[in-house]
Amino acid sequence: MSEIRTEPVTINLGPQHPSTHGVFRLRVTFDGEVVVDAEPVLGYLHRGSEKLAEGRTYVQCVTLTDRMDYLASMSNNLAYVSAIEKLAHIEVPERAQYIRVISVELQRIASHLMATGFLLNDLGALATPLMYCFRERERILDLFEMLCGARITLSYMRPGGVFQDAPEDFWPALDTFLRDMPGYIDELEGLITGNEIVLTRTRDVGILTDEMAINSSITGPMLRATGVEWDLRRANPYEIYESLDFDVPIGAIGDTFDRYLVRVQEMRESLRIIKQCVQRIPNGSVRTETPYFIRPPLGDVYSAIESPKGELGFYVVSDGGISPYRWHVRAPSFINLTVLRDMLIGWKMSDLIVIFGSIDIVLGEVDR
Amino acid sequence: MIANSMTKVLSGIEMGNMISDAIPGSVLDSNETDVWIGKDDLLRVSRYLRDEKQTDFSFLTSITAIDYIEYFELVYHLLSMRRNSSLIIKSRCYGRDEELSMPSLVEVWKGADYQEREVWDLMGIRFVDHPNLKRILLWEGFDGHPLRKDYLGQDEVTEDYRE
Repeated sequence: MSEIRTEPVTINLGPQHPSTHGVFRLRVTFDGEVVVDAEPVLGYLHRGSEKLAEGRTYVQCVTLTDRMDYLASMSNNLAYVSAIEKLAHIEVPERAQYIRVISVELQRIASHLMATGFLLNDLGALATPLMYCFRERERILDLFEMLCGARITLSYMRPGGVFQDAPEDFWPALDTFLRDMPGYIDELEGLITGNEIVLTRTRDVGILTDEMAINSSITGPMLRATGVEWDLRRANPYEIYESLDFDVPIGAIGDTFDRYLVRVQEMRESLRIIKQCVQRIPNGSVRTETPYFIRPPLGDVYSAIESPKGELGFYVVSDGGISPYRWHVRAPSFINLTVLRDMLIGWKMSDLIVIFGSIDIVLGEVDR
Repeated sequence: MIANSMTKVLSGIEMGNMISDAIPGSVLDSNETDVWIGKDDLLRVSRYLRDEKQTDFSFLTSITAIDYIEYFELVYHLLSMRRNSSLIIKSRCYGRDEELSMPSLVEVWKGADYQEREVWDLMGIRFVDHPNLKRILLWEGFDGHPLRKDYLGQDEVTEDYRE
């Protein structure tokens, strides 16, 4: 078979393509069915968030963060407000920290559900498994709606706490969710983890080595799937994570299946974290009073959290005024794409979609 | 097993002394948190920080640039996963024209690839020896670099965004 030589063909995948999870274009060169080169073309969703922030007050910038990783607004909110709190030395009440951790962990489950659902969608199991994931995510969005009235672009957090305390009927609803969710995850795993088709399509496909992942600044489930135990919630605990008991799931070889497994296990760990928070949450205020215009002292700060996609960091420079002088986002989705080309070369066209899907990017965050 | 402890932010002064012992003349200034490296020595210092056992900065967390009008400042956040320590190095780049340039660190950390392209795209600093220095978020042919403080915006969108 190897005698047959074919001309390399370059085709465009996207920008409008169902498996690009947004508007993303991949210019792929094929030799027959095998990928020989791939070049991501980004920026279709670029809104200039970093420039926009320079003309807004520190609190107004919270809304910009919602629109980056729109599948994990809570995490974006937290990453940003904790940077401001560090810069302006704002204390956060303990109850607010618990509510924040509960909401970002709920968000992590929601985001991982989407990642898993879309991975299955990319594998060819069109829509049905995705709807299973959507069903559970819907309940999380309902919980968010109780917290802040919004479902996707939440803007729930403020420098110094959260915008309002959780309403009374939030807690029983959360308890019901915590009771139901392990069963849902079991159901999902029962459908996927041992599934022969999923295994054949994902085992040993798109392997990323730990060395390459570290050298390419990869973070999040993608890094942990390679066997590197690095989670900022453990390595550099923020909020109340230091006092919580949870494990950091890691993968064995860093293939597509490991990335899926790490995400599913992380969902279970998130449930554990939420349960502990619900038991321990103290009473008290949920927000430190801050001036209407926050004027942080001169200086710069970098603060990062473990978002569902990886290390989400904000680098903010203050000139002492009411809006940031420079506002930079270390977007995990964007940086995780660095290895895409190396991961794709040598694989077949059908694997391309699966490998790409397993990275779990959100274009709102890639392009900002 | 990673310890349940905070990432140690290394003192800029101590690290500055260590770097200038190894590569004399490379450290321009240092304070409690940051080390300023001369731009001509940046590549050598990065390689040293990555390979030296005592520092072991195998992970480049983030690269960004800030326009301070008189100069541009590049900020590199480094991380050692094994030692759980971090260091911030900064480097200044004077001037305002298109010829601004910095050494590219892609050969030391591949993670610099897209981030340097982003800095070039939005801030207009060229990275010498970057393997593929093209605009990444905006299209080729875009006029200007929007994150610069003197960028005024475009009246109308150019037609060549289709390449």
